[in-house]
Amino acid sequence: MLNNTNTDGGGFGAPPAASDTGCAGGQNRSAQRSRLSQAGGWLKGKAAVVSMAGLALAACALTLPAVVKAQEKVLNVVPHSNLAILDPIWTTAYMSRNHGYMIYDTLFGTDAKNEVKPQMVETWLVSADRKVWEFKLRDGLEFHDGNPVTSEDVIASLNRWGKRDAMGVAMYSFVDRLETISVNRFRIVFKEPCGFVLEALGKPSSNVPFIMPKRIADTDPFKQIAEHIGSGPYTFKADEFKPGDKAVYLKFRNYKPRPEPASGTAGSKEVFVDRVVWNLALRDGQAGLSALIKGEVDILEQVAFDLYESATKESAISVLKPTIGLQYMCRFNHLHPPFNKPEVRRAALASFSQEAFLRAQVGVKELYKPCPSMFTCGTPYGSAIGTDVQSKSNMKLAQELLKKSGYDGTPVVVMKPTDLMSITKLPDVAAQLMRQAGFKVDLQAMDWQTLVSRRAKKDAPAQGGWNMFCTAWVSPDIWSPINNAALDSRGEKSGWFGWGEDAKLEELRAQFLRATDDEGKKKLAEQIQSRAFEVATHAPVGEFVQPVGLRKNITGLNVSGLANIYWGIRKD
Amino acid sequence: MLGYLLRRVAATLPAVAVVAVLVFLLLRITPGDPAAILAGDAASPEQIARIRENLGLNEPLLVQFFIWLKQIAIGDLGESFYFKIRVVDLIAQRLEPTLSLALLTIVVAVLVSVPLGTLAAWRFGGWLDRSLMGFSVMGFSVPVFVLAYILIWLLSVKLGWFPVQGFKRLSDGFGPFLYHLILPAVTLSVIYIALIARVTRASVLEALGEDYIRTARAKGLRESQVLVRHALANAAIPIVTVVGIGVALLIGGVVVTESVYAIPGLGRLTVDAVLARDFPTIQGLILFFSLLYVFVNLLVDLSYVVFDPRIRY
Repeated sequence: MLNNTNTDGGGFGAPPAASDTGCAGGQNRSAQRSRLSQAGGWLKGKAAVVSMAGLALAACALTLPAVVKAQEKVLNVVPHSNLAILDPIWTTAYMSRNHGYMIYDTLFGTDAKNEVKPQMVETWLVSADRKVWEFKLRDGLEFHDGNPVTSEDVIASLNRWGKRDAMGVAMYSFVDRLETISVNRFRIVFKEPCGFVLEALGKPSSNVPFIMPKRIADTDPFKQIAEHIGSGPYTFKADEFKPGDKAVYLKFRNYKPRPEPASGTAGSKEVFVDRVVWNLALRDGQAGLSALIKGEVDILEQVAFDLYESATKESAISVLKPTIGLQYMCRFNHLHPPFNKPEVRRAALASFSQEAFLRAQVGVKELYKPCPSMFTCGTPYGSAIGTDVQSKSNMKLAQELLKKSGYDGTPVVVMKPTDLMSITKLPDVAAQLMRQAGFKVDLQAMDWQTLVSRRAKKDAPAQGGWNMFCTAWVSPDIWSPINNAALDSRGEKSGWFGWGEDAKLEELRAQFLRATDDEGKKKLAEQIQSRAFEVATHAPVGEFVQPVGLRKNITGLNVSGLANIYWGIRKD
Repeated sequence: MLGYLLRRVAATLPAVAVVAVLVFLLLRITPGDPAAILAGDAASPEQIARIRENLGLNEPLLVQFFIWLKQIAIGDLGESFYFKIRVVDLIAQRLEPTLSLALLTIVVAVLVSVPLGTLAAWRFGGWLDRSLMGFSVMGFSVPVFVLAYILIWLLSVKLGWFPVQGFKRLSDGFGPFLYHLILPAVTLSVIYIALIARVTRASVLEALGEDYIRTARAKGLRESQVLVRHALANAAIPIVTVVGIGVALLIGGVVVTESVYAIPGLGRLTVDAVLARDFPTIQGLILFFSLLYVFVNLLVDLSYVVFDPRIRY
């Protein structure tokens, strides 16, 4: 980002960049001329060459004052979106979560094998009845303002998180009290055994239970925090933050990394650069790739699918695929006809061939895979059990199911976001497949912001409500029956739009919350998935990974796919 | 002159007030809930409702309107829902990039287009004239982003002469400032070169047919003097008007160029604010743009005195 601050390795700063511009010295001029002739066979004629050379010289002259600058190691990153909200507990936006990982630390982390590992916690004990959990913090943990991290800070942070995050709310429904034992030891006392304490405390995606100083964590959870002090591997340069322009982070010299190697959101959070700059202004995919190729930025968080092939052919950059991806999902509104009947929802589900969605939206075979599981394939609860209606779907089955369901031709209002390229084609595919199955579809185009407002309405579609929309989730947000929002089946009390209601599913989820052994949890997750497909809570319509672009001199980038993480990176 | 100025300023107040009311109402009518956007994708309906309440969006429309009016009366445009920064500060942050880009674009456009348009009129029907007309059509037709991608590919990626993206403030030094601004300004100026050159050509052509030009030639003046002192000077008013409108348009509407070249300007801010339904920011920006239009138009009107001594205010 950086819009190339003078200390950046980007276009204007340090010597390597200067030679990139071809303006560093005499030896580069011949290379410059050679590049000029290669680039433009069509640029024939002396006049053109002379005038362009003149422009080049002018450009060189302009860059000269900035060539010699401090040799600070700066990592220039183009994030996938703008950063506006700096409170990762107040919003579930992924950019805010990523900002959180820069400056805050967590009690536990999730490694690349999706296992929860201690992070700020050194040791912990669980009572025999599993109702009392005692935690001891690592020595030497320190906030950016110089104060030590205490158990009071931890308790205040958890209390705030527990009022906002779905998993936090679920965990707090078991909590009797949190107590400080000493400066670095605290205890959580549960009313009854809770089966997901570590999963909740180590959850990698929004909202992550980040630890803040007590005075900040005491902020009303429905108001944004005003101070941005954590104990994470970077400090936040609030004075340089310009939303829509750039966010700057400095290495926190007093951070004490864990000895284990970095893995996912766990392990060592050692930092090998002095400064990370997020370029919030660069949001054009093509320009972002050009900037990466030219070396003005080091990491491009999202390489657009349509640029993927050309990006992989560039010699100066690498394109990596995260280990874990995202899931596309279409959500039914259970409150209104025709999707208030499970039979009708199942008919729609049967018509949804994942390959059709993925080919239309992603298009690059190596970046997507059909996966019928509701919990993401390759994660602990990912399985094909109970998925027959979709994984073996065909249009004939869908037509039969729809006929049997007694569908009366009520139009299905499908909301299509025209401005969100990452999901804009999904509703078209869904509409076409449903039409083939015999549905009458009313595909309504709108911008994403209108969609997110409209989906909160419980009104009937004719009164401004809706029947279906499609979205995408990062795997950690849906890989467990607890945090997969589409499985919340408490009817109108549900925590997510669509308001599914199914007592049996809720009973199974309640059992899952209390299950404490891995095998038991897995079995329950399978039953939950089977039941969810039976009542067709929603339709998973395939998985994909979002490729990341980086310069060849960048190593150590964490591509676990759990979040966008910037520790452990070296810039040579 | 002073009386004229005061009358003009007074006349703009009702227009700005109407704009303010319309923008306020239109935003409330437009679908989209700022709270839902702020809360994030996984937020529950209850959490969204709570945020709405905190933002004051549950207040009756009239109450919201009067709160806003009260703020404006003391020069406060409020705080952005989305960025949590005072709108005045947000606009101030973004003004320099946009203003710089707009001014450099217009300078480049005027320096290129006025001589070209004048020469084309002088050589009416010749190859220069026809080439200019052809270029004008192309300049109007090629989308800015296409031109931007081509220039980036050639001049930045292949030849390495200019940065692909980014903006440097003047405080970083004039060299870096200009270096980062040249390519966006050239990209953006193409359409204005086409526009101003056409207007210049038409105006100069008209002036060249006047009796005083014949008289000037009859007096034995050199052709360059005839063109510059007599034809161009008399053709200046339409040109200045177009340039003035161009400046105003550039300040309010260079979204695509700002996006492609990653310039954190007002255009990009406007789009972000609209997408986030950030009511205070949108209202502040529209109010700012309307005042700016009024100011630029006023300057253009006043400049007529310089070009035509017959005009008196």
